[in-house]
Formats: sequence, C-alpha cells, structure tokens
Amino acid sequence: MTSSGSTSQSYATERETTEGRVFTVTGGDWDTVTGAIDPLSNEKIVVNMGPQHPSTHGVLRLVLELEGETVTEARCVIGYLHTGIEKNLEYRNWTQGTTFVTRADYLAPLFNEAGYVLGVEKLLGITDDITERAQTIRVLFMELNRISSHLVWLATAGMEIGAISMMLYGFREREYILDIFEETTGLRMNHAYFRPGGVANDIPDSAIKKIRDFLIYMPKKLKEYEDLLSGQVIWQQRTQGVAVLDVTGCLALGITGPVLRSAGLAWDMRKTLPYSGYENYEFDVPTATTGDVWGRYQVRMAEMRESLKIVEQALDRLRPGPIFISDKKIAWPAQLAMGVDGLGNSLEHVAKIMGASMESLIHHFKLVTEGFRVPAGQVYIGIEHPRGELGVHVVSDGGTHPYRVHMRDPSFVNLQAIPAMAEGALLADVIAGGASLDPVMGGCDR
Amino acid sequence: MSLESNEPVGANLGAPAQTPASPEKGMFGIQGSGDVSGFGGLVRRKPEVVGTPKPYGSYFDEVTDALEEAYPGFADAIEKVVVDRDELTLHIVPAKIAEVAQIMRDDESLRFELCSSVSGVDYLDSDARRLHVIYQLTSMTYRRRVRLEAAVPAGGSLPTVTHIYPTADWQEREAYDMFGVVFTGHPNLTRILMPDDWEGHPQLKDYPLGGVPVEYKGAEIPPPDQRRIYQ
Repeated sequence: MTSSGSTSQSYATERETTEGRVFTVTGGDWDTVTGAIDPLSNEKIVVNMGPQHPSTHGVLRLVLELEGETVTEARCVIGYLHTGIEKNLEYRNWTQGTTFVTRADYLAPLFNEAGYVLGVEKLLGITDDITERAQTIRVLFMELNRISSHLVWLATAGMEIGAISMMLYGFREREYILDIFEETTGLRMNHAYFRPGGVANDIPDSAIKKIRDFLIYMPKKLKEYEDLLSGQVIWQQRTQGVAVLDVTGCLALGITGPVLRSAGLAWDMRKTLPYSGYENYEFDVPTATTGDVWGRYQVRMAEMRESLKIVEQALDRLRPGPIFISDKKIAWPAQLAMGVDGLGNSLEHVAKIMGASMESLIHHFKLVTEGFRVPAGQVYIGIEHPRGELGVHVVSDGGTHPYRVHMRDPSFVNLQAIPAMAEGALLADVIAGGASLDPVMGGCDR
Repeated sequence: MSLESNEPVGANLGAPAQTPASPEKGMFGIQGSGDVSGFGGLVRRKPEVVGTPKPYGSYFDEVTDALEEAYPGFADAIEKVVVDRDELTLHIVPAKIAEVAQIMRDDESLRFELCSSVSGVDYLDSDARRLHVIYQLTSMTYRRRVRLEAAVPAGGSLPTVTHIYPTADWQEREAYDMFGVVFTGHPNLTRILMPDDWEGHPQLKDYPLGGVPVEYKGAEIPPPDQRRIYQ
C-alpha cells in the first residue's frame, strides 16, 4: 500500500491529539506507523482494534496496549449492537416474545427461543404437558442449530487464523442446515419457531428427508475439515498452547460451554441439569485437557459428532402426534402451513374460523391480540447453548406481557476472559484466543 | 400529556393507566411518549411475596440448613425464604449480600462455585424496595441452583460480589447501566451497553419509551412531535 504515493494519503493518516499522535490504520500500512514512531521515546503503543474489524467477530472493540508485539493490557468495549431486546419484550405479549429473543444471538436463534419458552412454560406450570413430538422436534432443531453455530465458529476462526478455505466450507455446510430450517420454519434465521406450549408448525416430510441426507453427508465433511486442519503445522502452531485458561480461571470468570470443557471439566447442562427430555438421549460430553485454542477446536469438532448422534436418535423417536399443548387457553390458535408465498394459516383453518365458527374467530382474535395471562412469579432457566450457559430469568406480574426478561448470554460472560487470555501474550494470539471464545455480539449486547 | 413532565402515561402506579387523548400531529400519530406502561388501561396487580413455611422440600432444606449452620448472622441477613415453582429464592438484606455469597461459595456443603447471572428487576412497588438485584448461583458439585435477591431503593447501593465471583464484573456493570444500582467496591463501575455519556437507566419501568431527543454525541434529532409531519 505504501508503494503508491497517491493512495497512501487515505491510509495511516495521522493527527496530533492531547493523548499523543493518533494513526488510523486500515491494513497493509503498518510500516507507515512504525516508521513514524521513535522506538526510544515510544515504548508503548495503544491499538484500538474494532469495532469494525474483520477478525473481532462482529462489533467487538478491543483496546490493546502493546510493548513490541506483546500485549500488556487488553480491554473489551461492547455495546455497539445493543438493541434493547429485553426492554422491548416488556411491551409485547408472551408469544410475541419469541420473535424478539430469537434475534439476540443470531447464530443460535433456536436456543434463545428454547430458553425463553421453557421459562414461560415453567411459569405457566405446563412443563410436563408439552407433547412428546414437540419436545423431540425442539431437541432435533436445537442440535442442528448447535452444528450450524459450531460450523460458523470453525469457518470464522479458520479465517482469522489464516485458513481461508475453511471459511467457505463451513458456511457451505451451514447453508444445508439453514435449508432444513427454512423448509420447516419458513426462515433461515430469526425463526420464532418455538412457542410457549409447543412449536409453531410440524416438520414436513421433505425436511425429514433432508435431515436424513444430512446425517449421511455431514460426517464425511467433518472428516474433511480435520484432514484440512488438524495436521496443518500453521494451524497447530497458532492454536496449541495459545490462550490457555484452566478450570479455576473458567469458574472464576463464569466461563461455560466448550471453553470450560476444553479445560477438562465435563459440565454440560444437557447431562447435569437436563431439560426438554435430554436425559433420554445417549451422547457423550467431549472434553480436552489442554485448555487452549486447540482443545476448544477438538471439543467443538467432537460436539458436532455428538449432536449428529442426538439428531439421529431424535428422528427415530419422532412419532406422529400433536405439536402443541392441548389447552386451548394457551395453544396458539393458528394452524400454520407452508403455502406458495411462505408460512401462513392453512386454508382449511381460515375457512373454518371465517365461515363456520364465530366463537373460534373470537377466541383466535383474543389470543392473538391480547395473549394469555401468566401467573405471577419468577423462574430461571439454564440451557446448554453452543457457547455455554444461556440463562433466562423470566418475571411475570400476572399479566399478558413479560414483566422482565433477562438473558444471561454466554457470549457476554465469556468475553470477560479476553484480558486473562491476552495479557502477556502476542498480538496475534489475541485473535486466536478471542475467536476460540466464539463470541456473537448480537447475543452479547442484546 | 406534555413532554415537560417527561413521565410516560401509566408509569404512576395504583391507578389504571391513562389512555392518551387522540393525537393530532406527529410522525406516527403518537404524541408525548404514549401509553408505554404496556397495560393498555388494565389495572396492574401487585403480587405479594410470601415467605414459604418449612419444610421446603427438594434440596432446599439442606441448602438453607447448611447456610444457617455456616453463617452466624443468618437470622439478620435472610429476610425471607421463598420456594416457588421448584426454585429456591433467598431474600437477603442488601448490605449482607457479599457475606452470604462468600459462604455460599466456600462452605463445603453449599459449594455454589458459579455465579450464573446477576441482573435487576424494577418492581416499582414501594420506594424502599423498588429495585431487586438477582443473583443466580449454581453449584456444580451438587447440581443445584439458588437465587439470591436483594431489594434496594432507586439509585440505591449494595456491596459488590466481584471479589468473590469475578464473573459478576460485567453483569454488575450491566445492572448499573440498566437500573442505576450502585455496587460499592466494584473496580470499574461504568456503563457497559449504553454509550458512556448516556443519561438515565433504560430498563427502569418509568424510563420514557420514545418522545425523548436522541442522546448520541453530536447527533441532533428532535423528538417525534417536532419532526416533519407527513399527512
């Protein structure tokens, strides 16, 4: 970049401020900065990385103090994607809440929905009344979502460490899962598919077939990724012994999920505090003992295989039956079906409520516009999200709207580990370490 | 409803929320901040928190007994024990929260190693107990959960638990940012999600929804009723 005189103006512009000289660096122009700094009088350099930096996973901003290439202090600045989801929930009815929470962590939308609806169901006291089929569909979709989330992790982490082709492959396979989601929920993300009382609509046979095909297709691809990465010297050197965090550090900082399991503690709430019938599935909780980026890579690869096992078992357990709770005071009155223009009320249902039954029209209208009431109280639901513990604290005051919903998002809590992993390490390892946490800023900032 | 009062309709409790008069101008037909109470003219119910009598059932008796044994100030610190929907909530005197958390973490028969979540709830019911700070603790050893709850007035303070659970650092900052609860002894209690020059605490129930000028640095966007009108 510096070779061209005409373009160098737009890069590495410098200006004097009260804090010292400030450079704006956009890539490939570091020698302009290093050339302009006297190494004797300026031992320390503060680098502001982000919020618009391709290797910080979305709008995460890192303020790094460097001595040479060693990071002496690292601080995260977040909040750039704060959208007030928790506040918005308080002004919508309970069912509408799922359309908000699904947008928090956009790579794991079904987990956000699951945490929220499990909370609402516990408040309603209908946890045990959720039909077998709805439970199985939820588990099936959560595990598919876990694979698609881990695939994005693998893709972006690969890209950040220099394995660009991994990014293409990861997103390619994720597309397959998004197709399955689209086939069923009508949307690739932001599904609002899990509803208090069940799921919005049944899985069509075409989607079941796609999932069966995926179960054959995916293990080969996982093998391919490992062939591509595991033996690669650069991949090993960038991950092994990098950004180590042991169990003590994880627990103190509240880190859960694959990062905690890579340090050796097999804490997975699907096993330890099961929900949604996970106790009926056979799967292992993969762990590593290295506590570094390499360990997290291995744990996530193994988790995708375990998720495939669960998906297969869930498909086998899938029996025909209702997908919504039978209580008509809560069950969503719509009978959704996929039409030519997307998901909507089935024509038979529209014909029935419009033509045959005034009462069901009134019931439909009341339930959709006003919603149902939820007895006053509070509950906390913790579920195993791809990134760790997703906690949803739901408070009701007895009304038709949530009184307060707080999402303890694993990205938010896990990002606190960045200073612990980065300080004293090299600048390049900040990227590898940050990527290994798999932060999703939509969930972090909510 | 005038903008000067800066108080959304329906935020004052006790009476049913007023429905604002039909608007005559404004970009979206709403003047002031509209009815943001979310109650649509309904009277709010104020559920009373009632302590649960012993025995509590499940593992709850073991937890409370262990805490009582390990913590001499149990009677002074624990206001109420509530068991609801198979969850245990200990209502704690705010000043004692750090002491209780320390014992919850360290005592061998309690072992709540992980502080899963810290958040706030604005209950808007009485001045002295308006804001509740909620701590969700998880014991990985015993696979148990317990909730600690401390009530403070608006802008009130209580000791930080960051020296016991470092993970509470950002979560307390979020509770401060959203509710204005001050955690004394916190190493760096600054805003975390909102911009650092933001005024007000958005998760409070009486925080206006809309009808306020945009607060970002340098941005000049008038409140909705002073913008151009499309008719």
